[in-house]
Amino acid sequence: MRVTQGCFSFLPDLTDEQIRSQVQYCLEKGWAVNIEFTDDPHPRNTYWEMWGLPMFDLRDAAGIMKELADCRRVYGDRYIRISGFDASHGWESVRISFIANRPANEPGFGLQRQEAEGRNTRYSTFSYAAQKPEGERYSS
Amino acid sequence: MNDQSMTVRGKERYKSGVMEYKRMGYWEPGYQPKDTDVIALFRVTPQDGVDPTEACAAVAGESSTATWTVVWTDRLTAAEKYRAKCYRVDPVPNSLGSYFAYIAYDLDLFEPGSISNLTASIIGNVFGFKPLKALRLEDMRFPVAYVKTFQGPATGIVVERERLDKFGRPLLGATVKPKLGLSGRNYGRVVYEALKGGLDFTKDDENINSQPFMHWRERFLYCTEAVNRAQAATGEIKGTYLNVTAATMEDMYERAEFAHELGSNIVMIDLVIGYTAIQSMAKWARRNDMILHLHRAGHSTYTRQRSHGVSFRVIAKWMRLAGVDHIHAGTVVGKLEGDPNTTRGYYDICREDYVPENLAHGIFFDQHWASLNKLMPVASGGIHAGQMHQLLDLLGEDVVLQFGGGTIGHPRGIQAGATANRVALEAMILARNEGRDFVHEGPEILAKAALTCTPLREALEVWKDVTFNYESTDAPDFVPTPSMAV
Repeated sequence: MRVTQGCFSFLPDLTDEQIRSQVQYCLEKGWAVNIEFTDDPHPRNTYWEMWGLPMFDLRDAAGIMKELADCRRVYGDRYIRISGFDASHGWESVRISFIANRPANEPGFGLQRQEAEGRNTRYSTFSYAAQKPEGERYSS
Repeated sequence: MNDQSMTVRGKERYKSGVMEYKRMGYWEPGYQPKDTDVIALFRVTPQDGVDPTEACAAVAGESSTATWTVVWTDRLTAAEKYRAKCYRVDPVPNSLGSYFAYIAYDLDLFEPGSISNLTASIIGNVFGFKPLKALRLEDMRFPVAYVKTFQGPATGIVVERERLDKFGRPLLGATVKPKLGLSGRNYGRVVYEALKGGLDFTKDDENINSQPFMHWRERFLYCTEAVNRAQAATGEIKGTYLNVTAATMEDMYERAEFAHELGSNIVMIDLVIGYTAIQSMAKWARRNDMILHLHRAGHSTYTRQRSHGVSFRVIAKWMRLAGVDHIHAGTVVGKLEGDPNTTRGYYDICREDYVPENLAHGIFFDQHWASLNKLMPVASGGIHAGQMHQLLDLLGEDVVLQFGGGTIGHPRGIQAGATANRVALEAMILARNEGRDFVHEGPEILAKAALTCTPLREALEVWKDVTFNYESTDAPDFVPTPSMAV
């Protein structure tokens, strides 16, 4: 399967040149670019690990691409996402987010059903990968 | 025609009998509206032979304190404060016999936080007043002091995006079709296919409630299965607007509670349930972490004609105050009414914190929203993937694009239809962010994306010639002034 979180998951994986253009877009908007990674892509997993702090003061896409390359060197077998954070009043939130790296094999999610009262069912989504301990989920 | 006041003062003012409204204090051309006044702009079309100033003063009178005759009991009140004051009357450009009347209302005339109370005055008796041929409420200005008495959107655009984990692109939806007749089990199938294929939301239609072919609980249960399955299949948050519109508030609360119990992140209501019910549901939604979608069913009965009724821009303002999170606000390019400039005005009302006067967009007043949550506009009705560049250009990225027919009508099925829309959208966002002239290069961008996406190629082929080019029945009437030509 393919996790389709983020802005561009339905397109072929972005090339570095395409990623650089999106980063440049964020910088021109005055947004802080943030790199995060995880090996638990559960749809409710909000807090991916931060690759350093959001780059509030970096104004050069090349610097961010270097950070991405460094992050990939360490966590290239995990999901890495890039987001642009807008601190302006009325937003103060993420304005764009897309996946910039994903594991070669994505095992996807299972759905557990618990039959409850009446015809009600309680659903629970679980990541097949996350059944292994952290750090061992995607590397062989 | 904005000459001096004709107000009769002192003892003469209260002599028993009938007196013209403009002499009773409802026409005050020198009046400077206070920052705390509510202002309404009406388009007044008097009956033949009725003096325009008198007609406009009558609108002020009948929407505030007046009755048809002088009453001495006015003198038991601070009557001058409570009288609405028409302070300006302009002929409507290119529309002989109609006048724009600007009317100011003191804040004390209105109960805090109640749309029903506001509308009972502003669009109450006055719309049936005999000396008028027609009357339309064009726009309103709400003072910050009044705005702050409302909850506003239960969730708002920012928090909705955070909850759904979807940023930087319009959300995608589809209304389940056929809108009537599917059983719960079949209905859930459509929801599952559309969400798995790449949509973020599916939607009940306005008139799907609880009918012989599908009891509401069946729909809710099967839709919950569909949403959870699609979520697991994609690793992405999904939702379906469960329509809780029903005969009574008790029924609506019961349905909403069940949706909440099932874990739905969104419920929906129709505009026809009324302003009080809408505000009740907005409060319920805030208490229950629920996004509240409003389908504007019925609005065209009073918003569409230029001469009579209430402009949709006013409805949009009332709904932002009332506290819904989504509102259908037009597509421009789709099958339903929508002049581009007028629609732009609606979108600004929904999404901006400060909306400056812009006559070309039909916005007559500066409006501060005082950090009230933003309301997500929804574009629905006759749109398809081939229009993606136009939709993004006209409507921006904080919008739900709903492709009902444009998803379910795809020749290779619902999933393929959903995928075509999602790929078209992502390709367009990517190109826009890269700085490309996506409006002009749109068809090219879509064609290139279709090279690696068969469903998009098929969608572009099937709907390539579909457009809805009819003249709009509701566009702003104004004369461009030099200061606006920037």
